[in-house]
Amino acid sequence: MDVKAIRQMFPILDQEVNGHKLVYLDSSATSQKPISVIEAVENYYRKDNANVHRGVHTLGSRATDQYEGAREKVRRFINARSTAEVIFNRGTTTGINTVASSYARANLKPGDEVLITPMEHHSNIIPWQQAVKATGATLNYIPLQDDGTITLEDVRNLVTDNTKIVAIAHVSNVLGTINPIKEIAKIAHDKGAVVVVDGAQGAPHMKVDVQDLDCDFYAFSGHKMLAPTGIGVLYGKRELLENMEPVEFGGEMIDFVTLQDSTWKELPWKFEGGTPIIAGAIGLAAAIDFLEDIGMDEILDHEQKLADYVMDRLRTVEDIKVYGPEHRAALVTFNLGDVHPHDVATALDSFGIAVRAGHHCAQPLMKWLNVTATARASFYIYNTEDDVEKLVDGLLKTKEFFGHVF
Amino acid sequence: MSFNNLETLYRQVIMDHYKNPRNRGAIEGDALTVDMNNPTCGDRIQLQLQVEDGIVKDAKFEGEGCSISMSSASMMTQAIKGKSVTDALKMSKLFSEMMLGEEIDSDMEMGDAEALSGVSQFPARIKCATLAWKAMEKGVNDK
Repeated sequence: MDVKAIRQMFPILDQEVNGHKLVYLDSSATSQKPISVIEAVENYYRKDNANVHRGVHTLGSRATDQYEGAREKVRRFINARSTAEVIFNRGTTTGINTVASSYARANLKPGDEVLITPMEHHSNIIPWQQAVKATGATLNYIPLQDDGTITLEDVRNLVTDNTKIVAIAHVSNVLGTINPIKEIAKIAHDKGAVVVVDGAQGAPHMKVDVQDLDCDFYAFSGHKMLAPTGIGVLYGKRELLENMEPVEFGGEMIDFVTLQDSTWKELPWKFEGGTPIIAGAIGLAAAIDFLEDIGMDEILDHEQKLADYVMDRLRTVEDIKVYGPEHRAALVTFNLGDVHPHDVATALDSFGIAVRAGHHCAQPLMKWLNVTATARASFYIYNTEDDVEKLVDGLLKTKEFFGHVF
Repeated sequence: MSFNNLETLYRQVIMDHYKNPRNRGAIEGDALTVDMNNPTCGDRIQLQLQVEDGIVKDAKFEGEGCSISMSSASMMTQAIKGKSVTDALKMSKLFSEMMLGEEIDSDMEMGDAEALSGVSQFPARIKCATLAWKAMEKGVNDK
């Protein structure tokens, strides 16, 4: 994998921030965009912009072809059986909310259970809190081990006949834990539960084969995998989606409308009320091309090497506490001695290094870690060992600065 | 190594308030209590005010957060203690203007809080600095 050549495709990386060359370590929040994605969106608006699925005119056909072409590209990318199973939406949050609002509310009853973990992002917690409140079901948690992983033994013991939904992150956005989705799905299915995967930190970084994982739903966001913000995907098994009611009603999603009643379009369009995110889907298709040109296995390999490297190098920084397991995705969440993570992030920014600080939309996990906030550095295809060195150097300077003023 | 950029923000007096906060704790007896947090970052403050005859007799805070939010709370309580509610609100307005980088044209003394003027150059941190002031405003307005 030629990272130097890849970096050339990301114009934003070629700039100085606060007098230093930008080191972008916040791709778990959002990734940067390559020229090909920016140009795909621009070309669409320059040449082909029209609404989809309705225009008889030429531009309408072009826009529809590109939008539906993007759906086929996503289908292939995640190996879904059919494009009927690929719903475009605004992102992971919307995808999980669709399942929680439609499937969960129709299928949960008092005595039933939704099982999640404490490592979930708020967007994979709150929709379930709301769904169980509305249905009288209960929300329970698979406990975390000290290193921030879960065990399959716990999953086996906790999934019962009452469990109707198991919802879990493919990869934790804080701990970097990679969860064994395939094994969890098998256990859940044996008890008749469905598995909903928050794939926001999974799909951008590794090959996702939804048939192999055998998950029932898989939600992810385009903007974390080189595409624009505002486009996301919900994959769902066809037999489940067929029986689900839409959650948004209006244009684009109807079959027939009379004064008192309406019928829905077939899948996937019944879940795509309103004019869809056409340019976003076209950008996502270009992003998938970019990722597949490199190869998802190559990407995972690159990131695993970076993850090992950053863990090794951070061990040399005195007073640093890194949270999460040894084997992890390419992100590290940490605290530096007594220096508050916001102060760490401001100091690193003054050296041109962009990291995230705060609770990372995971307040229950912060409580479990017994901290109010942490700093996080996350890596992607354009990051190098040199970026890790700059992070380590930045952390040492940060320590020096705050050691000096304290 | 020069830390010029960082020193604009983290002045000695700020770090002193962070390490040795003034008025940290709880007021015994009657006081109005305000809880406020910054949901985007997790900083939180509990501010207690004792107001008699329109004068802030006492102000104390508890909380968790970065050096900017906690030092600002310390400085704010110091600045408003003994002042009238009207002056405290005036100060809060001046502080907000200072955060926007505006020239402050007033005789009002804000004491050490003026050291936070450098925050205006760090837009992402303005919310940290204003948290305690917003809590104070809420407290006296809700009263």
